[in-house]
Amino acid sequence: MQLDLALFANQTLSGLSTAMLMFIAAAGLSLVFGVLRLLNFAHGSFFMFGAYLAWQVSSWIGGGEFGFWISIFIAAAIVAVLAAVIESLVFKRLYGRPELIQLLFTYSLALIAGDAVKKLWGSQPLSLARPPSLIGSFEFGGVILPYYNFFLLCAGLATAGVLWYVMQRTRIGMVVRAAAVDREMLQLLGTRVKVVYCAVFSTGAFLAALAGALVAPTTSIVPGMGAEVIIPLFIIVVIGGMGSIWGALLGSIIYGVTLSFGILWFPQFSLFAVAALMVVILIFRPQGLVGEVQTR
Amino acid sequence: MIALKKHPIGSMLTVVAVLLIFLPSFASNNYVNFATDALILALLAISLNFLVGYGGMVSFGHAAYYGVGAYACALLMKEMQLPFSVALPAAAGLAAAVALFAGYFCVQLTKVYFSMLTLAFAQIVWAICYRWDGLTGGDQGLSGIPYPDFSWLKSFPALADVSDGQFFYYVVLAIVTACVGLAFVLIRSPFGRCLIAARENPQRCTFIGLNVHAIQLAAFCIAAALAGVAGGLFGVYNRGVYPDFAEYTKGAEVLIVVLLGGSGTFWGPAIGAAVLLWLHQETGAVTEYWGAILGLILAILTLALPDGLAGLGSMVKRKLFGKPKAEGGAP
Repeated sequence: MQLDLALFANQTLSGLSTAMLMFIAAAGLSLVFGVLRLLNFAHGSFFMFGAYLAWQVSSWIGGGEFGFWISIFIAAAIVAVLAAVIESLVFKRLYGRPELIQLLFTYSLALIAGDAVKKLWGSQPLSLARPPSLIGSFEFGGVILPYYNFFLLCAGLATAGVLWYVMQRTRIGMVVRAAAVDREMLQLLGTRVKVVYCAVFSTGAFLAALAGALVAPTTSIVPGMGAEVIIPLFIIVVIGGMGSIWGALLGSIIYGVTLSFGILWFPQFSLFAVAALMVVILIFRPQGLVGEVQTR
Repeated sequence: MIALKKHPIGSMLTVVAVLLIFLPSFASNNYVNFATDALILALLAISLNFLVGYGGMVSFGHAAYYGVGAYACALLMKEMQLPFSVALPAAAGLAAAVALFAGYFCVQLTKVYFSMLTLAFAQIVWAICYRWDGLTGGDQGLSGIPYPDFSWLKSFPALADVSDGQFFYYVVLAIVTACVGLAFVLIRSPFGRCLIAARENPQRCTFIGLNVHAIQLAAFCIAAALAGVAGGLFGVYNRGVYPDFAEYTKGAEVLIVVLLGGSGTFWGPAIGAAVLLWLHQETGAVTEYWGAILGLILAILTLALPDGLAGLGSMVKRKLFGKPKAEGGAP
């Protein structure tokens, strides 16, 4: 029984650390959908670019403690700037067009990004070393929690906290929430909505790239990772409710834990289980578990 | 000449049909294979356009029904030794049955939620293909699908030299023609008009007594059955079926084909299929970055050419002579 309990704790912890990592990216996807009403297929590409750029920057400035943290933030910042440029040059032409067109345009970016990464860094898997301070793990009574996973848990919670504070307690957050509710009215009241849209899109990309850079030390960096991660991200935001940050958090936890126990108990059906979860939520609660019914 | 001016599409179709019928007698096997490929993709694209163009339902999971058809036909032929003439209709029926279940829930939703649910169902189908090793061969897929038995045809002395590939080409040509013909007739039937009306104004359709969801569900099932036929044909042509038949990237590729040809027209997607396959073949010799090329095509289509190749002519005319935009069927 002792062993079972330890196994249970281990699976829960590993599921939660996956969940928190996915949350960072999913929060960005959900934020962009909530404000821009844009389902962004290229979000997975930002995630992938985050991982590759973190590898690239750390190979320039060297690994180690300092190198790791700097390269992660530089990578995320580069992607954020890139996203802002794309938004202001191309995306603004697409607002107001049919949703299919918007969705397919972001998909075209994802296709191009997948090959761009192959061209720039090759098809061979790359790997990024963990920072020295996060090598090793906690152990007590058979429960093993790598320091890095513990850090991911904290990073996810911190992201949730910061997002909550900014969205609910600051003027910037108020403007963003207003843009989600009524764009025209906000424009009439003198806010430059274009800038808000650009900033929100860029922030979303920043979060995706940050998650991508953070996942890099736990997995291998491959050109297909963007296309692979986007479906789980869609599943997460759908479960929680598209446009809701708390929904993204809840969705990530459900996704992470389902997957982690699914792999343990029914490895053949874990992919099936998370897709089935998405189907059930869309059928019975299309607005997601904590999402609100759309009024427009 | 007068007939050509009066019915340009009809005349072009006649030319294409004659070319396709006599293709194996004057072209090499490469061209025959290309035509087989293009015919199957054209059927798949036309079936998706049934939903996207005429029904206004943007399915992101159409590959699921293509995959169901491919796997069902392959399994029935390989494991149960059923003849192709039984396996293919059964595969189409199974695809339609899966669509009846999935579509029942999908048509209740609109817009992006509809797309997401079709995607979610497709992920389930893909997960089964990818992970159920015992049934579907898992990520290895199923290979060694037998060709239909053509030996009885070869007993005719005149046909003795014809290869199995060429026989299969004619099978594909006949089946695709029949399916596309069926879709064409359906679109022009009262049912097709109802489907378009349900896209344009579901509320008003309900007021005049139409059951919008039932019409959309019927369209969903018909499209799935046609996609199942395409999948069954391609599995046999390819001699193997693999999980990526049902992956969302395949569904997106078909959407690109539809958009490239022009979702507002019936024949546009067929043109899109031929053009995209031709591009794939030509660029494959030069570059390995097909994904990026596909992405660029899609970006151009979404930004500059929403009516696709079929809309190109009228767009140029409009730009040059300032004629009003033709009434299109695109959502």
